[in-house]
Amino acid sequence: MSKYLLNKFLFTVDRDPELVERYRSEPRELVAWWEAERANAVLNCHTGEASTWLRFDDVEREALATHDHVKLFELGAHPFLTLTLFIALFERDNTEPLEYQKSYGARLAHFSMPYPDIAT
Amino acid sequence: MASIVAVIASTHHPFYYRASTATGEDRPPFADEWTRKILAFRETLTRARPDVLVMVGSDHFHQLWLDNMPQFLVGKAPCYDANWYNEEREFGLPRMLLKGQEDLSGHILRAGLDAGFDLAFSNELRIDHSITCPIITLRPEADLPIVPIYTNIFAPPLPQPKRFVQLGQSIREIVESWPSHLRVAVIGTGHLSLELGGPRQFGPHGPDPEFDQRAVGWIANGDLDECLREVTLDSLHSPGNATHGFMDFMLMMGVAGAGVKADYVDTLDLFHTMEAYFTWYPNGAPTV
Repeated sequence: MSKYLLNKFLFTVDRDPELVERYRSEPRELVAWWEAERANAVLNCHTGEASTWLRFDDVEREALATHDHVKLFELGAHPFLTLTLFIALFERDNTEPLEYQKSYGARLAHFSMPYPDIAT
Repeated sequence: MASIVAVIASTHHPFYYRASTATGEDRPPFADEWTRKILAFRETLTRARPDVLVMVGSDHFHQLWLDNMPQFLVGKAPCYDANWYNEEREFGLPRMLLKGQEDLSGHILRAGLDAGFDLAFSNELRIDHSITCPIITLRPEADLPIVPIYTNIFAPPLPQPKRFVQLGQSIREIVESWPSHLRVAVIGTGHLSLELGGPRQFGPHGPDPEFDQRAVGWIANGDLDECLREVTLDSLHSPGNATHGFMDFMLMMGVAGAGVKADYVDTLDLFHTMEAYFTWYPNGAPTV
């Protein structure tokens, strides 16, 4: 299990407008592409010096591929990263202010303290 | 030597810019009161007539990332571009360019290292809303050179709360030992109780109003003793999962000094979080 890699996915997709749109429209394809092409990139280093060992486990891959922010919270993905990216994906569908943000919180209502550990 | 003409601690709310500039049907009902409070708060800095701003904040996974995460970092650059794509996207924040005060950056780094803080540094730092929000609220002209100082309140393992206080105390001494005639304001932003990406987010007020009331009391009265007794890395999970940003308020209490009451205190109970604004005048309130 790699909370770090989940966070790396959320972090790198969130900052790229094209990837945000691909993740909204074709999440499973985008996750597969990202794991194959981007998961091992050392940020700020050229591609010849990529890492060799990073991959999702099945639960993580499925959570990302299904936009399952509740599962990502349970797995200990950083909640700020998840929230920021998911607002980018879905806030545009709001019919009233903060509609998505409130429903996002409501879907997490079954979690009580302490929340899943986010330390990496 | 340089003088610290104001110490300012504040929440940073990325929605303020959009709320305060919205008009007509887009203007939220709380915008007018919020703007009035911000204008009054802004005056507390303007009256101090600062030349330089030391800005304490926290990168929100913009430039600082988990492959290389500093605990405390000082910017040392002639300029700082500011705000990021996802902040434009979500909050409507404008891109900004701020000047740097490199001489003071270098002084803080050297003196900080010598005082026992192994400070990281950056010669090319794009700053985010933890620093641009207080620029927008307190100095929207964005005309003064800055020294950005970033703390890690975001990616555990985090430094202990007392370390934030100690760093604040050292920043006070270090700035006051800077061989310069310039007038410095130290401005830091953090959070009261706050939940982001959890079940208690975006409620009708902050997730823990009781914590907020106690925290405002600690800050307003400079009550570092009780604050340090009550606040631990573990305890900060309870008021909300992003409440570790309160440690930047504790850093600012260290700058202001133990037992020193704030000269200006104001709060605003908003949805999602409580806003709080504090100003200290170490050399007495300006008479202008």
